Amino acid sequence: MKPFTYARPSEASEAVAALAADPDARFLAGGTNLLDHLKLGVVEPSQLVDVNRVTSTAIEDLPDGGLRIGAGVPNSDLAADPRVRERYPAVAAAILAGASGQLRNMASTGGNLLQRTRCVYFADPTTPCTKRDLSQGCSAREGWARYHAILGTAADGCIATHPSDLAVALVAVDAQVQVLGPDGARTIPIGELHRLPGDDPTRDTVLAHGDLITAVDLPAPTPAVRNSTYRKVRDRASYAFALVSAAVALEVRDGTVADVRIALGGVAHKPWRATVAEAALRGRPATDDEFRAAIAAELDAAEPVRSPLGGNTFKLPLVTGTVVSTLRGLAGGTA
Amino acid sequence: MSTTIPLTITVDGEPRDLDVDPRTTLLDALRDRLGVTSTKKGCDHGQCGACTVLLDGRRVLACLTLAVAKDGADVVTANGLATDGELHPVTEAFLANDAYQCGYCTPGQICSAVGAIDEARQGMPSAVTSDLTGEVTLDRTEIAERMSGNLCRCAAYVNIVSAVEEASRA
Amino acid sequence: MTTMDARSMGTSVRRIEGPDKVTGTATYAGDSVADGTLVLHPVQAGVARGEITAIDTAAAQALPGVVAVLTHRDAPTLGDTGDPEHRVLQGTTIHHRGQYVAAVLAEHAEVAAEAARLVVVTVDENPSTTGFDPDAQAYTPSALANGQPPDSGVGDPDAALAAAPVVVRASYATPMEHHNPMEPHTTTATWVDGRIEVFEATQGVESSRQTLATLFDAEVVVHASHVGGGFGSKGLHAGTVLAVLAARTVPGRPVRFALGRRQMFETVGYRPATVQHMALGASRDGRLEVVTHDVVGATARYKEFVEPAGGSTRSMYAAPHRRTSHRAVPLDLDGPTYMRGPGEAPGSFGLECAMDELAVALDLDPIDLRVRNEPEVHPENGLPFSSRGLVECLHAGAERFGWSSWDRTPRRRLVDGWWHGVGVGCGTFPTLRFPGSAAEITFTGGRYVVAIGAADIGQGARTVLTQIAADALGVDVGSITVEIGSTQVPVGSIAGGSAGTASWGSTVVEAADRFRDKYGENPDDGDHADAATPDNPWAGEYAMAAYCAQFAEVAVHADTGEIRVPRLLGMFGVGRILNPTLGRSQLQGGMVWGLSMALHEESVVDPRFGEVINHDFAGYHVASNADVRVVEAEWIDEDDPYINPMGAKGIGEIGIVGVSAAIANAAYHATGVRVRSLPITCDDFLTSGLL
Repeated sequence: MKPFTYARPSEASEAVAALAADPDARFLAGGTNLLDHLKLGVVEPSQLVDVNRVTSTAIEDLPDGGLRIGAGVPNSDLAADPRVRERYPAVAAAILAGASGQLRNMASTGGNLLQRTRCVYFADPTTPCTKRDLSQGCSAREGWARYHAILGTAADGCIATHPSDLAVALVAVDAQVQVLGPDGARTIPIGELHRLPGDDPTRDTVLAHGDLITAVDLPAPTPAVRNSTYRKVRDRASYAFALVSAAVALEVRDGTVADVRIALGGVAHKPWRATVAEAALRGRPATDDEFRAAIAAELDAAEPVRSPLGGNTFKLPLVTGTVVSTLRGLAGGTA
Repeated sequence: MSTTIPLTITVDGEPRDLDVDPRTTLLDALRDRLGVTSTKKGCDHGQCGACTVLLDGRRVLACLTLAVAKDGADVVTANGLATDGELHPVTEAFLANDAYQCGYCTPGQICSAVGAIDEARQGMPSAVTSDLTGEVTLDRTEIAERMSGNLCRCAAYVNIVSAVEEASRA
Repeated sequence: MTTMDARSMGTSVRRIEGPDKVTGTATYAGDSVADGTLVLHPVQAGVARGEITAIDTAAAQALPGVVAVLTHRDAPTLGDTGDPEHRVLQGTTIHHRGQYVAAVLAEHAEVAAEAARLVVVTVDENPSTTGFDPDAQAYTPSALANGQPPDSGVGDPDAALAAAPVVVRASYATPMEHHNPMEPHTTTATWVDGRIEVFEATQGVESSRQTLATLFDAEVVVHASHVGGGFGSKGLHAGTVLAVLAARTVPGRPVRFALGRRQMFETVGYRPATVQHMALGASRDGRLEVVTHDVVGATARYKEFVEPAGGSTRSMYAAPHRRTSHRAVPLDLDGPTYMRGPGEAPGSFGLECAMDELAVALDLDPIDLRVRNEPEVHPENGLPFSSRGLVECLHAGAERFGWSSWDRTPRRRLVDGWWHGVGVGCGTFPTLRFPGSAAEITFTGGRYVVAIGAADIGQGARTVLTQIAADALGVDVGSITVEIGSTQVPVGSIAGGSAGTASWGSTVVEAADRFRDKYGENPDDGDHADAATPDNPWAGEYAMAAYCAQFAEVAVHADTGEIRVPRLLGMFGVGRILNPTLGRSQLQGGMVWGLSMALHEESVVDPRFGEVINHDFAGYHVASNADVRVVEAEWIDEDDPYINPMGAKGIGEIGIVGVSAAIANAAYHATGVRVRSLPITCDDFLTSGLL
């Protein structure tokens, strides 16, 4: 790894200014993803600006019944908070489905949202990767694409998936992300934080250099959100990234879907809010057939990859099975 | 060449001063600079758990921790768990249950187990906790999930779970 | 002929080095942190085949903290061991991606790594083949990796297949797999006055010593007090040679080279991929008429290793007509090597799945099918078996597992959204004894010091040899000190082939017998005796092997296809278990390897880049704790007087054998989906149309 300097400001504004002054500087929070990438040579910063003293580690009640989660709250503390467990079960479950106990103790709320794809080509600087370098092509399309995207991909472009479990659950509960940037503070709906690859897959989010996530706000839980969960399908029973995951919230009244939120992980460059499926389900009977039809409508736009090293066409039935099973479980059946 | 930064960390109860390159991980600082080799390097990328230590009381991965960021921290390795010459109950349980074979992942497993038992006592749930708002009972399924961040290629898992189960009831 | 009396053998003595391991004070090869130790970081080939035309080391050498940069230009000519892998920095030809082409020595790890990145290697790339295509041009090797002939045959198998009333033909695929011991391969080497001292992560200190002595024409001392797992991978690989080459440039200073995890996927061997074409022909009452097992496997172009996947088919079941064959497809990769259950682990997947398919075709219980085809004598060489516990293992295992309570019809049990099923797979592994060890017993200070250059790689050699020595000398284990893991004690053969305990133990028993013959029960201080490994007088008279029957319960999620293994039971016929606790640990560990092989492990080579692309623990999954539920290892009483004085068969490999087939067969029973390619993952069920 290339040499870098280390700074540990005591004010958030100082941290933001430090990055604004140095295009090659990076924030250091939990470090679980950044250190990996430093060692691999995926990132080569000039300076690390440690934000652990400038981001809040508190979870505060908001007046509307929601919660404000400081960006420095460790993942394990967030998942363990009784308010989160009770009001936003999908959020707690998503965190617990990710990484390991050690990593959850280290990783921060803000950092979790900004972790980068686990695409094996992205993590191997000896192979071309359009996410690392726009001038290169995507190696995954003709390579090991088992973990890659089926939705929202650009023709011949990046098919990386976003790896965060937490982000998927936050998308399902319509969280708001508080950001402090060189030009001041602003709020970004979580669904707008992450990007599709489009013509610039090097950018995972809409954040600009120097933008620091300071908090994540959870709006007051709806009945559906209180009846939410996170289902992660992976190749190992634990300590593995998702093939497919789903954060699902469901409110059923008199056998009819009153409210539903479905966000998918492992299928796209960003956590994928399944708006087509949600619209198809609202007001419909809460049955397997309806669930299946709704997710099929969502997957109409899917473009799985057929690769000589194993594509991901299996994700179509896997998404269907995962979502149908999860909806069924929330409706009171066998998940 | 980056300049080195002085810092002090307490390792197994003893304050240690060192000067490190900002790039130096806590793991390399422990092993190469301080000669504390109880903590092992299995992957150096946060994917195996062999380097697990207790940092200010919580289990973390030393390989993904920059030493410079931990000035003033308290680090406990598997070799620092004993008190007054008595092995820690988790350490003792690993011995009694033959919860190791080659022994390389073992110090990390033991630090992780100490952390995991503590987390469960605080009521922190896991991915297999059926009622997220309920009490945590550290049964074999819970233990296996909570210990899954520590790979063991000899696959002593059955005995590791037994050891943690025994120690958690002590 | 009888086995020796046991007092300590058969009891669960705790691991002698346990207190050191649980505190982390046991020293592995990278734990000798002498002051002034330099860190080596290698520069590796970025292509699979080519010629180096230039290496620019200027930028690396200019980096403060860099002590030396090694390339082929300044490396000495090494002696010839006959192993191409040992010719490190001996020329400009690149044989595989990841081959060491240079190395940096520096004061600290981060400087060494950065300097290695700055070395510019210019290469003329040549076309390469790194993806395994079982239909590609293959050749017939002169021998399999275990020295056996590539082909064997009895009768007229093709005619028998044409005539058999019931025939099952199917092809099974096993992928490339990497051992991945938790301790990466590590060498700490010091060169002083023409003498090399090495702390090495090795399965055999003496074989490492011999190799280094040949390469460097020097006196060599090798230590391996504790080894963090090996599983076949810890022979002497190129990294050790590179570390000693580097140490040679800085006399008196220790040089440490600890491989990174990615380097574990390109420089220390692997289990090569196989495709196994099986054909079984049987009478309608389930008597095998014919068995054929035709294997196509990957090997490396520059270093041949042919996985003996058809080997166990030569002895498992009776059939008058039979054939095994092995063909090899050469690839431009680093060399394959032995990996836990070499041959038998992948080979039992083919044979035991095919047996299950035959049982289905015959509508016969798969246990009955196997019992009906139990051979009286070795079906190829006609030797009697020294002992053969397969049928007893099947019966005892079935009883304990509750086999008969399951309806044999597939796809019958759906519990809480998961399809459940059970399956059985069997296995064998040869019982070997390696020659060439020597043991010395010295009575000193009231204790018997037993010295033999064995390696404890986690199997418990230090403990079990203590028990063997105690019983052979007729004293308590507390009176024994075993010294192993160094070439400064008498030579020991390798920890491998499930032969370590048999080889070292037989030698220790011989030395103990001599000691007692010379000095009786009351020796004087300093009395000592030694012995070399005795030949087994029954070798060639009996077929000697361990056997197992593995039972699996599998659950497959009805919506997602996720597969889990809630229960494994292995029943073993392995002679005398010398230490039930340690033995059970080792057998369970092997079984989890089988589970891991069945569900997780696959090294994916991307032929565009010539490398394993999932080259870390995030991409290459091994079973985690949560994947392992109930795993029971049990054994039958088996007294085998022909194998060695202890009556103990090796147990390092047999645990894995048959497990992947048991799981695949159970998955079929659960779902009706027959998966013939490992690993078995959710997509196998999702794309079957059956969920």
